[in-house]
Amino acid sequence: MSPSGIKTEKLAGWNRPPVIESDGEGELLEVAMGPHHPSTHGVFRMDVVLDGERVIKLKPVFGYLHRNHEQLGERQSYLASMPYTDRLDYFCSLTNNWAYALAVEKLVGQEVPERAEYLRVILAELTRIQNHASTIGFLLQEMGASGTPLMYAFREREKILDLFESLTGSRMMCNYMRFGGCRVDASPAWLEATRKVVAGLPAFVDEFERFLMTNEILMARCQGIGVLKPDLAVNAGISGPMLRATGVNYDIRKVDHYGIYDRFKFRVPLGDHGDIYDRYMVRMLEMRESILILNQALKDLPAGPVMDPKAKIRNFRPKAGESYGRIEAPKGELGFYLISDGGPNPYRYRVRPPSFINLTVLEDMCLGSNVADVVLIFGSVDIVLGEVDR
Amino acid sequence: MKSVEEIKAAIEAAVPGAVVKVILNPAPNAQHSLLIDAPHAVAVAEFLRDDDELALDFLSNVTGVDFLDKEIAEKVKVTRQVPKEVDGVQQMVDETVEETRKRVEPGYLEAVYHLFSVSKKHGPVIIRMRTANRTDLVELPSLTPIWRSAEFQEREVFDLFGIVFTGHPDLRRILMWDEFKDHPMRRDYVEPDDYEYEPTAHDDVLKRAQAHKAKVSAGEVSQ
Amino acid sequence: MAVDEKLKIELGKQGVMVTTIQELYNWGRRSSIWPMQFGLACCAIEMIATTMARYDLARFGSEVFRPSPRQADLMIISGTVTKKMAPQVVRLYNQMAEPRYVIAMGACAISGGPFKQGYNVLKGIDRYIPVDVHIPGCPPRPEALIQAFMTLQKKIDEQHLTGEDRPRHLDEQAPGEFNVPEFGEHDLEPPSNPGTWTVPKIIQ
Repeated sequence: MSPSGIKTEKLAGWNRPPVIESDGEGELLEVAMGPHHPSTHGVFRMDVVLDGERVIKLKPVFGYLHRNHEQLGERQSYLASMPYTDRLDYFCSLTNNWAYALAVEKLVGQEVPERAEYLRVILAELTRIQNHASTIGFLLQEMGASGTPLMYAFREREKILDLFESLTGSRMMCNYMRFGGCRVDASPAWLEATRKVVAGLPAFVDEFERFLMTNEILMARCQGIGVLKPDLAVNAGISGPMLRATGVNYDIRKVDHYGIYDRFKFRVPLGDHGDIYDRYMVRMLEMRESILILNQALKDLPAGPVMDPKAKIRNFRPKAGESYGRIEAPKGELGFYLISDGGPNPYRYRVRPPSFINLTVLEDMCLGSNVADVVLIFGSVDIVLGEVDR
Repeated sequence: MKSVEEIKAAIEAAVPGAVVKVILNPAPNAQHSLLIDAPHAVAVAEFLRDDDELALDFLSNVTGVDFLDKEIAEKVKVTRQVPKEVDGVQQMVDETVEETRKRVEPGYLEAVYHLFSVSKKHGPVIIRMRTANRTDLVELPSLTPIWRSAEFQEREVFDLFGIVFTGHPDLRRILMWDEFKDHPMRRDYVEPDDYEYEPTAHDDVLKRAQAHKAKVSAGEVSQ
Repeated sequence: MAVDEKLKIELGKQGVMVTTIQELYNWGRRSSIWPMQFGLACCAIEMIATTMARYDLARFGSEVFRPSPRQADLMIISGTVTKKMAPQVVRLYNQMAEPRYVIAMGACAISGGPFKQGYNVLKGIDRYIPVDVHIPGCPPRPEALIQAFMTLQKKIDEQHLTGEDRPRHLDEQAPGEFNVPEFGEHDLEPPSNPGTWTVPKIIQ
């Protein structure tokens, strides 16, 4: 039984993107979009075959930002990889930290103090809000709203980055979490500043929605474009807002209950059509749910240590074994797979990058649509190249 | 969810001839895995996906692991005949001695798949496959026909580890350029000598710098 | 030939503007440096943040990010240059019209940074193209990028239009095209451009 309720016995036909025939008039045009292209969010390349305006073939080309993250992770100690995880998805360094810390904590059976768990939730949800706001800003930028929505998004992002900076010392590369807690405690002044920023966030989301939700151009260019079916989405390993926009109720915060997410009341927004507009709306609604979580976490934040005093920092050598830890990062399921052979370095260090796997169905979504829509469909996937290529 | 032993039994009941081995994980998280044999892998994967109770419809993660050839030194007790003088007569007597023998256990490449169920919300079930060795017998069946999400990830494993997935629809290099030789994530990969000098090099770095300098003066590389 | 500063101010009071061609030329150049819209990695996000409301790069006349290299004056190497990307970066630089400037933003663009040991990471873009301003940081803050802009403006202000030290775009002998490396079996061929970069010395 498939998650959408449709009984699909064998998904064999879904294995490959459909073949689209050209109409036979005129010549086919092969275009390499990228690696330097203003809409590709960095150094991504798509080899597109066009029949007029229609896309009949699209092959993504990766590797232009392949920075050997996994090999570096195997050459250095467990702790030394923590700052490198910041640079995976450089919009959301704190959720990357959390996923990696979670994988190592699972490997050694490390407990995390209450207060640290709460701080992790607060920081992860702030990260989610700034990521989704920026993503929507970039999506509109690609629609032609040059700069303005992005400026609104970045105005809010800067406020959140200020919080990150005053807590962790860096705007983007926070390197904040450790195996068994967090690096430093949050001061009362920081919490007060956070409450103030969080109190201002609903107004921002309202404003963003008022400008965008019923915008005619946005609706015309997003609704019914880049449709993804739920069965294919699950089969292709799509995760995060993109999966939920197809109507599949799968949020790892609810499924795995990692951290302390089972203590908070929040809903999982789901889409209905799986088109660009649904992906945009799911992100919009997720920001609202994140604000709810933030309010609860800031209210209940207990006192106590932020680091398990028994946690080993220096000379950290986990016993042989392996672990797979995953969290619901803003872009989808971010997992870390570690194999330890008892040494100071991981024997195998693998990142399960949501952005990379979400691109599996890019061709399926783009085939048959106009080349101008490719830019939008690609933007709605929400990728960061640092994570795609690692 | 079923335990690994129960899944093993279910697979063996459903796919005749499949050889499944449970690999225990000593870490506290107890994420045990199942080693499946390559010839039946596609059938096993299809069963895991379509079985109503398991319903592992979501392949989350595919990765490769490289295990080098291991030289194992083990002490063996050997009985052999040694000449000995017993009661003034020279004769052969059995004697047990300990001897250290070395043998090379061939390394292998491993593909690891992490499966979850979206409809049943359980997981992970971890399956792995091993190649016969690291040099020529590196073929494994591709699971892309079962889970589309393996498409790019298997290409990545092929690119970085050199496992050839038979039945993959589009097996090309994905991260490195097409002209690239070798598989850089293998543990015995030797990096290109594009060494950047550091002004105050020491230890390993100094050794590499001097080796590079010697090459330059011998005219092997330009600078 | 510079105009006497006191005389210049005195004449200015009487409504007469005096300047030299060089000053006017450099003033025009430095006041509207159009960067190329070209992001590589993490630093690109800080580059975008610099152009946004809070840091407002428009104050320096550089808010017009051009998607095409043909219309750009400045290339900001914002992030890690991998070996797979390096030929494209050099090609883009070749496509820019003179005068053109390069800012190497962040540790990766300068030397490979934290990813220096990687098999696919170029150890500094100055191996292939000349860099005007380096800014350290991982990533550099928007203020640092603004500092880099101001440094570049200062550099442009001080350039002489004639003589031995004239800038490259006024020198007929100076190279216009830079060698685009090719993909080899393990590394780029050649691993560096000898005309642009020489090996640093080792101190034993």
